Amino acid sequence: MLNYDLVVVGGGPAGMAAALKAKEEGVEKVVILERAETLGGILEQCIHTGFGLHYFGEELSGPEYAGRFIEQVENTDIDVYTDTMVLNVSDSNVVTAVNNKDGLLQFQAIAVVLAMGCRERPRGALSIAGSRPAGIMTAGTAQKYVNIDGYMPGKKVVILGSGDIGLIMARRMTLEGAEVKVVCELMPYSGGLQRNIVQCLDDFGIPLRLSCTVVKTHGKDRLEGITIANVDERLKPIPGTEEYIECDTLLLSVGLIPENELSKDAGVDLDMITNGPVVDEYRETLRPGVFACGNVLQVHDLVDYVTEESQIAGKGAADYIFGKKKGGTFINTKGINGVRYVVPQRVNIEGEKKLKLYFRVGQVFKGARVVVECDGEVLSSRKKVKLAPGEMENVVITPEMLKKMNKDSEIIVRVEE
Amino acid sequence: MEYDVAVIGAGVVGSLITRELSRYNVKTALLERCNDCAMGATKANSAIVHAGFDAVPGTLKAKLNVRGVELMKTFCKELNVPLQNNGALVVAFSEGEKAHLEKLLDRGVRNGVPGLYVADREELVKLEPNIGDTAVAALVAPTSSIVCPYELTIAGVENAVTNGAEFIRNCQVTAIDYTDGEFTLATTQGEIKADYVINAAGVHSGEVAALIGDNSIEIVVRHGDYYLLDKSQGTLASHTIFQCPTEMGKGVLVSPTVDGNLIVGPSAEDIDDGDDVATTEFGLDKIYTMAIKSVPKVSLRNAITSFSGNRAHPTTDDFIIGSSAVNEKFINAAGIESPGLSSAPAIAEMVAGIVNDLAGGLERKADFNPVRPEPVRFRHMSTEERAELINKNKAYGRIVCRCETITEGEIVDAIHAPAGARDVDGVKRRTRAGMGRCQGGFCGSKVVEILARELGVSMNEITKFGGESRIMYDRTK
Repeated sequence: MLNYDLVVVGGGPAGMAAALKAKEEGVEKVVILERAETLGGILEQCIHTGFGLHYFGEELSGPEYAGRFIEQVENTDIDVYTDTMVLNVSDSNVVTAVNNKDGLLQFQAIAVVLAMGCRERPRGALSIAGSRPAGIMTAGTAQKYVNIDGYMPGKKVVILGSGDIGLIMARRMTLEGAEVKVVCELMPYSGGLQRNIVQCLDDFGIPLRLSCTVVKTHGKDRLEGITIANVDERLKPIPGTEEYIECDTLLLSVGLIPENELSKDAGVDLDMITNGPVVDEYRETLRPGVFACGNVLQVHDLVDYVTEESQIAGKGAADYIFGKKKGGTFINTKGINGVRYVVPQRVNIEGEKKLKLYFRVGQVFKGARVVVECDGEVLSSRKKVKLAPGEMENVVITPEMLKKMNKDSEIIVRVEE
Repeated sequence: MEYDVAVIGAGVVGSLITRELSRYNVKTALLERCNDCAMGATKANSAIVHAGFDAVPGTLKAKLNVRGVELMKTFCKELNVPLQNNGALVVAFSEGEKAHLEKLLDRGVRNGVPGLYVADREELVKLEPNIGDTAVAALVAPTSSIVCPYELTIAGVENAVTNGAEFIRNCQVTAIDYTDGEFTLATTQGEIKADYVINAAGVHSGEVAALIGDNSIEIVVRHGDYYLLDKSQGTLASHTIFQCPTEMGKGVLVSPTVDGNLIVGPSAEDIDDGDDVATTEFGLDKIYTMAIKSVPKVSLRNAITSFSGNRAHPTTDDFIIGSSAVNEKFINAAGIESPGLSSAPAIAEMVAGIVNDLAGGLERKADFNPVRPEPVRFRHMSTEERAELINKNKAYGRIVCRCETITEGEIVDAIHAPAGARDVDGVKRRTRAGMGRCQGGFCGSKVVEILARELGVSMNEITKFGGESRIMYDRTK
């Protein structure tokens, strides 16, 4: 058994930021367990730029952004195990992991930070009829083939889903000489960042078809084509609108799912909407001493916010380890009227610092107001030019606001049109 | 190449026949047109070992099903294939259907199926708390089991190869000549000579029989779609839950699988092309609608994949097993639809018996080893067992498939096993890498890498399932 103050599960941007913050706060023994061969997580295959605008004030590529944190980790005495898979987190915070050098490892931790990231929704979750040939894969898998392995997974490409990875891969495949025929989006709006639609599709003349989906795949060995169709308001394909498109590759960018198998196994309560743990403002889950941050907690669109969130978790874990974590009175937050969820789900009304509540809306709103209220009283109300499901938003809660609340209060975030 | 027996088709039937023949001093070749065994109906069916109440008494289906259930226990034990006796229920949703249960019960008793009885709603709810509100009664078949059909097939081929049989992939038979008491098969792998030919070609068995001028076998391709649900749903049903059978088959079932998922299906639609395994919107909709009648909690939100298989429905409605009228040394094992998987061990026994008789008694192999060693299954091991295993071989310490907890060691084993994996789907069926909820999103590229390394080829030569199913093209710019 190896003894650590803090075990961080996952060495992507979230895990590294949490570990570094804990170290900075004076935690002595910190270890990061990472399943890939290197630290950096999914950023390692995101060779496009656009990372770090908020956090560093400059535009970096994924590996560059990760690199800055990897360097910091290397300059500390944080222990790192790569190529190491965590199998289980026990009730008493014993973390069991394996790798092919040390064999089976067991770490006794005081606190644990869960930072496993997320995975892409596969085809099976979509019920697309048709054959199951080679050439149908998630956009992230294609990204790994192209950027890490150096192979082209296809030449004539259709992308289903306009999430950011889909948009990024539309440009990437085009730059590598493939023909990206169309990006289809089931919803009447794109799920990706506006800047990605402009830079990845518009600049290359790749059409984006909204309210449109793939209804059938064709081809026996390798994909030969797909049938797309427009969908109605209930997102059902409209008969008669089918169109055949010849292609050898279908990339799916149809949503990300936080990877919480370990969390569930460890008895951590999950939020049904975010599919991530329920946490308080310190990013502590309902299991004392177990924290969560990054895409395992909620799917982010910007890594800058992942870093911020993970620093909060790292600080929270440090306070827990030093016995400094404040008790208090926790109340719930809630999103209604267009706000799908709010993270953190719990807030300490005895807290003395201002905090941010992060949320996403369920549809596009233009010129609407974001209203925060508690016990019928409006705490803040801000007009936004545009709110979209693809962009995470936040509102600020000040200690003054918290002072007015009591144990039965509930903080509500809603959209007002 | 010259053999005593050529078996055409490495589905569960052809594979187990080959394994039966490998008990004797007989040189056997198992010819498969695909890049792996278990590529037809075998990899896409309900995975049920039926109790045997369904078939009409006196038919081959009835006889071989009941015998198959008996033999299956031994086969699975020797081949180290998980077999789970979970029992089955045929649910009636009306008084009329309830009457049909009595008919099935009577049939089952006549077929010699033990333990059958009809349970009322009260007992049914106790047996299956998630059963639909409209269910009124159920026939209970305690001897029904579940097994993984491709695992059984792979294990059978491995064991046959270990005992001296040859497995020849990508070997499609295009013509058969019979001269001077010997068959000559023209195949995509060259000429193959054999004294006996066994036709286990599934949906194509009619076409294969026609190659010797036997036009008696008429196969209708019956297409069926399935959904496979996440392991979190595997406990929605503990029994295999059938509805009352129709003309087109046993209807839509909801069942746990031996690996802990929930399987829902199949639809039944007759089609022309035996190789067309594309799912249809119609079929998928239909099985969902029917499944929620049995278990309303079935939700497609938890589907991890959908697939379809083609059953070889014989127009005679019964298995076609025996010497061809054209040539007695050409033995058909055709029209093997449900309960084909359940009957497969008994079909294998019967066909090997026919060859034995025709040959005037075959000599038993003194060193036949019926046991296929159990593959390493890291996911089922305790912490202590895992530690010990990794100490012996570090490759078991590297998890490749996160969802199913599959190690690099297991994948390497699968590639180097007798008749081992040659493609990504082959690795998936042998190890379950890529079989989980992310469907290979993360491990797919690692599996390609390991296959390329172990087979000594470049990554872009690796296919999903042979043929033109290449996953990657050229290098990037």
